Amino acid sequence: MAEKQKKRLMQGNEACVEGALYAGCKFYAGYPITPSTEIAEGMSVRLPKIGGKFIQMEDEIGGIAAAIGGSLAGLKSLTATSGPGFSLKQECLGYACLAEIPLVIVNVMRGGPSTGYPTGPSQADIMQAKWGTHGDHPAIAVTPAYVQEILTETVRAFNLAEKYRTPVIVLYDEIVGHMREPITIPAPGELAVVDREKVTCKPDEYFPYDERFEIPPLAPFGTGYRFHVTGLNHKKDGFPTNDSKQIGEGNMRIMRKIDNHLDEIWKNEEIGLEDAEIAVVAIGSTARSARYAVNEARSMGIKAGLLRPLTLWPFPDKAVTELSKRVKAIIVPEMNLGQMVLEVQRCSKKAEVLGVHRVDGEPINPGQIIEAIKSFK
Amino acid sequence: MSKRYELRFSGSGGQGMILAGIIMAEAAAIYGDKNAVQSQSYGPESRGGASKAEVIISSQPIDYPKATAIDCMLAMTQEACTKYHGDVKDGGILLIDTDEVKDVPKGKFKVIGFPITAAANSELGKTIVANIISLGLITELTGVVTHEAIEAAVLSRVPPAFLELNKKALQLGFDSAKALK
Repeated sequence: MAEKQKKRLMQGNEACVEGALYAGCKFYAGYPITPSTEIAEGMSVRLPKIGGKFIQMEDEIGGIAAAIGGSLAGLKSLTATSGPGFSLKQECLGYACLAEIPLVIVNVMRGGPSTGYPTGPSQADIMQAKWGTHGDHPAIAVTPAYVQEILTETVRAFNLAEKYRTPVIVLYDEIVGHMREPITIPAPGELAVVDREKVTCKPDEYFPYDERFEIPPLAPFGTGYRFHVTGLNHKKDGFPTNDSKQIGEGNMRIMRKIDNHLDEIWKNEEIGLEDAEIAVVAIGSTARSARYAVNEARSMGIKAGLLRPLTLWPFPDKAVTELSKRVKAIIVPEMNLGQMVLEVQRCSKKAEVLGVHRVDGEPINPGQIIEAIKSFK
Repeated sequence: MSKRYELRFSGSGGQGMILAGIIMAEAAAIYGDKNAVQSQSYGPESRGGASKAEVIISSQPIDYPKATAIDCMLAMTQEACTKYHGDVKDGGILLIDTDEVKDVPKGKFKVIGFPITAAANSELGKTIVANIISLGLITELTGVVTHEAIEAAVLSRVPPAFLELNKKALQLGFDSAKALK
């Protein structure tokens, strides 16, 4: 019988550690960087106690490369970083997309570009999470806004990574990463944990990219299954190919395995949208400002509502398109100079779209959003 | 807005302002029956520079985690006071360390002064407990959390060898605040 879990005050990054461990993560490799360092610290303390491994690599590229290796050996693997480190990880992120290696990458967003403002918040890596690595590739990014949610969304990120055999990004800003809120650690079994599909065939019949599967199971290295892993387009046995049919099919399959399951991957929170005339679309700490602003607007008699994507990538096209047919205006506050607003504009069929932006290292406060809401009244 | 109680602890990096914020949040949310969110803002340096921690306390769920209209702000240094006092609301409290803050800002808030760091030194022989004295002062002045809750929160964060010292620091804060009300 699971005992009642005690409420404790916990930092966002600490909750990320709890989420990773809850999901069964046994391997962490990375290079510490503000404002994500507490994740590396936490994993370095906790993993050795449960038979896991922590390794600090020579840099961020080494961190994700080692995590890819850990995952290929069958362990749920994590790396965490912030903007400058996320830039360095992009090459290996694309490798993991094409080689179809489950992996969770946390990016705690700080001010940029370059080393920018290490201790200040930002949401300017929204497009980088989707397009940072070259080539067409699938991208899944989850965007928690509350400390408790960092735990649950980190678990979901591992589940999505294992289920769809792809890297998944946990994307949140410095405010959410460093703030402390009371949370409870869920009891074992309370949250669903997805483990990697077992390979059932014999080693000599195994193909890591067997096109008969939508998502071929991945055999752990060291268990008798020998196969090739490469960042080149490959055949079903993993060796490189120049055959255009196989290149095209491989590239399409890694996209299709995500596109065919959008309804399972998408996740949104909706507040007051039933009768809203003005909607706000926001993520992370900005969504918390937006929620405050929407409640204030309601108390002023303005019918406002909030759509908060918890899955930012793939972008919630359907939800935004439907919303845009019902409301007069959509306001998109984000701590960058206009990234998510471009996606909202792309999906919006009718409503006017207005961005509210800020890049001075200060959060977008509720007052700024209330002003934007009032401008449509 | 009236449902939120907003506190800001400001001083120089290394003075324990973030720890004070954490302890206040725990007093409210773990040892009390409220919701609390603690956030912080600091520079790249681990010592020096202006540093602040904010705590929002409410009986409702807390959305915006940063201060908007501060009910009570602590300023341990002149730099922090000058930089951060602007958000103290009309009728709010600005608690200053009188030895440090000489240029006292004017506004529609109530300024309360106490030689916090000097008292830590002369009464308890440890500058390091100035932040705990501050928690005692703020608890007594505002009543935002109970004496029992703040004491439980302080003691849970302190190594066993320093329990008595911190208890005394907190009590010094409670007692000194009574004369300041």
